[in-house]
Amino acid sequence: MSSDASAPPLKRAGVPAPAETPARRLSVLLSRAPRLRLGLLLTAPLFWLGLVYIAALAALLVTAFWTVDSFTGTVSIEWNLDNIVTVLTGAVYQAVTLRTVGVALLVTVIDILIALPIAFYMAKVATPRMQRVLVILVLMPLWASYLVKAYAWRSVLSEGGLVDWLVTPFGGNTPGYGLHATVITLAYLWLPYVIMPIYAGLERVPDSLLEASGDLGAKTWRTLRSVVLPLLWPAIIAGSIFSFSLSLGDYITVNIVGGASQMLGNLVYTNVGAANNLPLAAAIALIPIAIMIVYLGLVRRTGALENL
Amino acid sequence: MKSTTIRRPAAVTGIAIASVALLAGCGTTSAPSGGGESVEELGDYEGSVSILAWPGYVEDGSNDPEVDWVSDFEDDTGCQVTSQTYGTSDEALSLMKSGEYDVVAASGDATLRMIAGGDVAPLNTDLIPNYDGIYDFLKEQSWNSVDGEVYGVPHGYGANLLMYNTDVFSEAPTSWDVVFDDASANAGKITAYDSPIYIADAAMYLMAHEPDLGIENPYALDEDQLAAAVELLKEQRANIGEYWSDYLKSIQSFETGSIVAGTTWQVIKNSVPEGTPVDVTLPEEGVTGWSDNWMVGSDAASPNCAYAWLDYIASPEANAEATEYFGEAPSNDAACEFRSEGQCELYHAGDEDYASQIWYWSTPIAECLDGRTDVECTDYAAWTTAWQEIKG
Repeated sequence: MSSDASAPPLKRAGVPAPAETPARRLSVLLSRAPRLRLGLLLTAPLFWLGLVYIAALAALLVTAFWTVDSFTGTVSIEWNLDNIVTVLTGAVYQAVTLRTVGVALLVTVIDILIALPIAFYMAKVATPRMQRVLVILVLMPLWASYLVKAYAWRSVLSEGGLVDWLVTPFGGNTPGYGLHATVITLAYLWLPYVIMPIYAGLERVPDSLLEASGDLGAKTWRTLRSVVLPLLWPAIIAGSIFSFSLSLGDYITVNIVGGASQMLGNLVYTNVGAANNLPLAAAIALIPIAIMIVYLGLVRRTGALENL
Repeated sequence: MKSTTIRRPAAVTGIAIASVALLAGCGTTSAPSGGGESVEELGDYEGSVSILAWPGYVEDGSNDPEVDWVSDFEDDTGCQVTSQTYGTSDEALSLMKSGEYDVVAASGDATLRMIAGGDVAPLNTDLIPNYDGIYDFLKEQSWNSVDGEVYGVPHGYGANLLMYNTDVFSEAPTSWDVVFDDASANAGKITAYDSPIYIADAAMYLMAHEPDLGIENPYALDEDQLAAAVELLKEQRANIGEYWSDYLKSIQSFETGSIVAGTTWQVIKNSVPEGTPVDVTLPEEGVTGWSDNWMVGSDAASPNCAYAWLDYIASPEANAEATEYFGEAPSNDAACEFRSEGQCELYHAGDEDYASQIWYWSTPIAECLDGRTDVECTDYAAWTTAWQEIKG
């Protein structure tokens, strides 16, 4: 096709020149102008990313600088920094931000600690057949709805629930609802997102390196610490981005099992849905965005982003 | 096929006219209260009506085939009903802002805000024959009328009762102190309604126990009174196991015993599975409660069907069915003839003495609702901020 299009229109015996249709003229033009071709190809994705995704987000965040008539709930476009100041100076927002970051960090640490041995077994110990089975098992919880899983944990952790039934013979009590229940549930929900990148990272560590380390006299722990971990570090960070950012924005789990506690997502939710204060909600939503920008900035130096 | 091709230009013209009218309306209505004039007379039914209501108020049999009072209305009038439910009054307020609903059923903590925001229109009650049958003590109250103009047709009313676990409390508690001053006896097992309007419950408690504060009406709090209520709620916060706004969550918590005392609705008590050791009581301090009202959107696309719905749902039969299903007292005097045996006594329908113990939800506004003029009261925005601080 392309050679045909770029060649001068010679009259050959038996082969009539293609008709000069508009479509043909267009294809000739495109094949001769690579920049135009590239531009047109990129228009659709750039439109999607730029306008539909970024612009929509920006439009929402701009409302952080507006005000709302708290009685009638009408948003009025008066530029001011009141909401930002409120969010930065309010004791409530500081306490909730600290709590949210704490929960997100704890969830991330727990997930990494659970994910490391599982991923190591999957990548280095299990037979290829077993490996596939394990990948399916790890991904299986993702087939179920988020809400179903969170409500399942609600009944597991309730009084007279599964946990209660398991620990009562040993004199224990269920932790009930609260921050610990939130951490447990979130750690459960995001575990597959942490296991998979670490598993992918471990798969890339060549077995020969481990053997070489052994041949040089290193014991198991020494090999793990000096050979595997440094190679695996970017994959661990990649996994942590998922669990950390997902925890940071979550409000449903804490709503279901969090008892009386609230996180940043709840403040956004109540300000949009309940208090009808979109500007303040937008201002609060800037907090996790700022935290993630700082986190990604730190992470970028480790080179983990190339591993995503 | 033919009918659609004919209808479409008509529909487009209709939308065009409606949007022009809407734009014109936006340009001219600047009055702070009210959504303009009430209609003088009714025209033909538009064929559809969209309703925003609490769950259980608009049942067409899709949730439970046995529960259906919408189909009768549709058959009678030809107005097809589409409905949307909401979980909290605040959510109703933001949904109503979209202007997509012809009719809304709102509680007293939302009505004044909807009226002030121009979201709902004043009503011509002459066009609602069944309005005559409504209890007088529900009509033209501070939460459904402004300056003598009626905005809402009362639907049903109920109390925010105290539910308690009968294993923990062998006798019915007589005071709200089980969730306030004595709450630490059941630390971590107390519940409270998750809304700024719950501050009124604390104010009502203080009204009885700290008369020095001078609270006359739990919805009219000056700065000091609000601070006292917030203080009480912050102490309570330490003993709260869970705040509830989703009534299914509340049912489950009482059922498992995770929660042993706190506010509730009669409908929750009715929904708790048989054999669960819980009961409800009306403590000596009184209770907060709600009186819900049907209102017509100021931008209603189908005002005639909207009026038809208001009249229909206020009729004794429909009012009886809907309020019994939800679990509240009906607003129509004659509704009790159509409710199941004992269902009116359970909710103390028409019992003015009982009703007088209820402080109906009202929107707190700067102009004190108790008539004080020497101070400015705290408004709903202040309550919202305070509520977020209480929850921490």
